[in-house]
Amino acid sequence: MKVRLRNPDREVEVDGGRAVGAVLGDLGVNSDTVLVIRAGELITRETRVDETDEIEIRPVISGGAL
Amino acid sequence: MIEVRRHNAAYCKECFFHVFREQVKRAISQYDMLGTSDRILVAVSGGKDSLALWDVLLELGYDVTGLYLGLGIGAYSTRSGEASKAFAADRGADLIVVDLERDYGYDIPTAGKRGSRSTCAVCGLSKRYVFNRAALEGGYDVVATGHNLDDEAATLLGNTLRWQTEYIARQSPALPAKEGMVKKVKPLFRLSELETAAFAFLRGIDYVVEECPLVGGNTQLRYKDAMNAIEADSPGTKAQFFLGYLDRGLPLFRFEDTAVLAACENCGQPTTGRFCAFCRARAQILGELLTPPDDDDGSVAAEMADEVMPVEIFGGSA
Repeated sequence: MKVRLRNPDREVEVDGGRAVGAVLGDLGVNSDTVLVIRAGELITRETRVDETDEIEIRPVISGGAL
Repeated sequence: MIEVRRHNAAYCKECFFHVFREQVKRAISQYDMLGTSDRILVAVSGGKDSLALWDVLLELGYDVTGLYLGLGIGAYSTRSGEASKAFAADRGADLIVVDLERDYGYDIPTAGKRGSRSTCAVCGLSKRYVFNRAALEGGYDVVATGHNLDDEAATLLGNTLRWQTEYIARQSPALPAKEGMVKKVKPLFRLSELETAAFAFLRGIDYVVEECPLVGGNTQLRYKDAMNAIEADSPGTKAQFFLGYLDRGLPLFRFEDTAVLAACENCGQPTTGRFCAFCRARAQILGELLTPPDDDDGSVAAEMADEVMPVEIFGGSA
């Protein structure tokens, strides 16, 4: 399964056929710090992703402050 | 579906929009932030928080104009400006654009190299100064910024770790107007960074996802990482920390807010010294000396050029 990561932009291959939460766990990503996007929709930790899916893991934490 | 762990809930898109807007309305009402006749200036960066805020305020029917400050950080600033202008055009909203280099003679990359402050510190100082000044000159009643719960919890953590009580005393999400200072409000303070990102995404807002290239080693990010590590095991910690501070902590520190303000001898903006922190930082960056009117031989200016910058009075970021 293709996973697009951001900041910097890059792509990795991970195993599909499991819940998003498990994918995040393998990548060491805190689910409170990212949006997970599949086909233009937000998906949650419990959503199952297949080997043929392509998802984006988009960080939401920014360092700037006004 | 959007999961909000601290609510122990997941929402469909429309319910999430409703919950999000209700949190903003509650913040506005609880702190008497905005009135229907107020002219509001919302500080926008092209990022998710400021554009989400602008979107909500427009939807709620407020009279709100955007202000974008070009920081001169290469392609990042170009993209940020484009995102802000595109949002304004799409919503039919007014946007004021100020350029730091054009209007004040320096950009942030240069400031970070030449000044005594960190890049992020001089960036924050510059933004707060410009927003306040633009609001005063444009006759706006209030400046609204997109600070979210993660921002506020991290700032409070940093200020508490160092016991910077003068800042702890001033972290209310609504700072009243004072002589030379416009009212400042943070209507998103009840919402996490994840929620503002989800809102912006679901609203179809094309915000800047890329991180500022100068943010490396930023202290605020370290505090956010620490808070989110705790939040992962104990959902709701950030809200308990910051909202608890507002209820029970802030009243205990109000006596620390003792700054006596006068007009900067260079620009007239409020300051605790003879010159405001912005003018002093700018003079240092540009290699100039600020000269008080009565400093005939320049000795005072030379002496002040080496002094530690006075405490910032526009904000209080850690």
